[in-house]
Amino acid sequence: MMGFISYLVNGISLGSVYAIIALGYTMVYGIAKMLNFAHGDVIMVGGFVVFTTMSGAGLPPLISILISMLACTALGVLIERIAYKPLRGASKLAVLITAIGVSYFLQNMALLIFGSNTKSFTSVVNMEPISLADGAIIISGETIVTVLTCIVIMVALTSFIKYSKSGRAMLAVSEDSGAAQLMGVNVNATIALTFAIGSALAAIAGVLLCSSYPALTPYTGAMPGIKAFVAAVFGGIGSIPGAFIGGILLGIIEILGKAYISSQLADAIVFAVLIIVLLVKPTGLLGKQIQEKV
Amino acid sequence: MKIKALNKHTKSNLITYGMVILAYLVMEIFMKAGMVSSLLEGLLVPLCTYVILAVSLNLVVGISGELSLGHAGFMCVGAFASAFFSNYTKEAITVGGLRFFLAILIGAAAAALFGFLIGIPVLRLRGDYLAIVTLAFGEIIKNVINVIFLGHDSRGFHISFKDAFSMNMEPDGEVLINGPQGITGTPHDSSFLIGIILILITLFIVINMVNSRTGRAIMAIRDNRIAAESVGINITKYKLLAFTVSASLAGVAGVLYAHNLSTLAAQPKNFGYNMSIMILVFVVLGGIGNIRGSIIAAVVLTLLPELLRSLNDYRMLMYAVVLIATMIFTSSPGGQAFRERYSLKELFGRKNEKKEA
Repeated sequence: MMGFISYLVNGISLGSVYAIIALGYTMVYGIAKMLNFAHGDVIMVGGFVVFTTMSGAGLPPLISILISMLACTALGVLIERIAYKPLRGASKLAVLITAIGVSYFLQNMALLIFGSNTKSFTSVVNMEPISLADGAIIISGETIVTVLTCIVIMVALTSFIKYSKSGRAMLAVSEDSGAAQLMGVNVNATIALTFAIGSALAAIAGVLLCSSYPALTPYTGAMPGIKAFVAAVFGGIGSIPGAFIGGILLGIIEILGKAYISSQLADAIVFAVLIIVLLVKPTGLLGKQIQEKV
Repeated sequence: MKIKALNKHTKSNLITYGMVILAYLVMEIFMKAGMVSSLLEGLLVPLCTYVILAVSLNLVVGISGELSLGHAGFMCVGAFASAFFSNYTKEAITVGGLRFFLAILIGAAAAALFGFLIGIPVLRLRGDYLAIVTLAFGEIIKNVINVIFLGHDSRGFHISFKDAFSMNMEPDGEVLINGPQGITGTPHDSSFLIGIILILITLFIVINMVNSRTGRAIMAIRDNRIAAESVGINITKYKLLAFTVSASLAGVAGVLYAHNLSTLAAQPKNFGYNMSIMILVFVVLGGIGNIRGSIIAAVVLTLLPELLRSLNDYRMLMYAVVLIATMIFTSSPGGQAFRERYSLKELFGRKNEKKEA
């Protein structure tokens, strides 16, 4: 029983990271209607920026996280500007392939700068683990920080979208970009803002991921990126609460699958659950049913 | 004289077949003359594999209009089924050609079966949801193959999902599929000539299918599902048919791939989603729905990293830049306007228009 609870806690921790990444995926999908395959690699860039500023330049963790967020925000806006903006109005597949190109670019850039050997990442969290039930359950500082960060981000993002002017503009653009433009919403600026927020979240996710699983390579972001994409689809792509729920559930399923069924099949179990959910609810848990017009 | 009488489709298809045969002859002549580096020679069979994969994926993405990201999974099924067969019958069937022929049939049939079974649930979904589920199936196939242990001894077959030891085999037993280590000792039956023949067969199947009544039904579903349904086209049947045929051809590519290597193991690099994405890149860059384009893109994009070898560490970076630049140039509204303004036809004026065409 105690084992189950500690697996559950680990699952929620991993799920929180997935949820933060999935938020970026789902926001970009909702607004630009594109699958940003390069999102996972922005996580990796965020991790490397913290690694260089903290272990290399010796800056305190909070400042290096801030630098990483700024760098990733700039990177996200730059990617959008150079690679995606010219393709607005082009076919979906063309945008997808461009995103894959950007993903290759970021991975190989990191490979050139940092090399292919694994860097061991120093955790940014400096906190004593909490032990419950006479030490049967130990919750690490990383887990607490990760889960808290995820909740704070979730609340902040929801209220930003609901109450701020730019947030409402984002909603309007995702609903109908043409009509939003007619109402005086600056669509291009809104899309750029979405990429900026998504990339800043990716930087945070990168730091949290590397703090819990301290191995950093140029390919670190790829698999969590795909998993977070799965989480976003799982919860209904385009829906922000859906990304949160999808991420947490995915993390729990992955850790429990690893613990009780098979560690090699954990990924397969995650994907199998996704397939089952989509077959029952073809647009994910909280996705909108698309009406088909003749 | 006679060629003029043929219609446009037939002519275009003959050019495609001719292109492949010509490429084969040119390569053979170069190889005889010793002008081909061993590196390029080693790349020939993988090149054929990629061409088959690209053409078969085009059937789903281009003709049927569904985005599939799990093509490598079907290749994986074909590769493992056929390699297992070839290894098991290595002593029983000594005629290499016959064994390889049977292996191809088995690989194609196994992949077709998986394509059919996966297609039934998957094809109910649309667009991005379909894409992610095919990706999921591809990853599941890769992961499951990594935990299969299969051996054979005097008492028959043994299977385990844990490790080779727990199969409880007799001492004379032989491990055929060894989990993450995969299959070793597959006979080296693939060759460039067989690869080219398989490409031609693939082309024959795909081109004839596209130009048949079936192909027109599939394209009608792609262009307007509801309109197609209302004129009595069985949507599930035709979609499933395209998906299954495509999967089975990917299985054939897997057979070719498996029999070119002595060790076959399912890794993220060869059967993961990265491979599926790479094939999709071939299809999109070659032109969606354009069979000849897929072939050219597969060849060019496989050779490009090799041609860029002089750039050393920068080559994959350049590959990424070329990919992004090509997509922006060919697909963006701005790029299309640019191409129209500076197209050869415009530059050379109307006089040369006939030559251009």
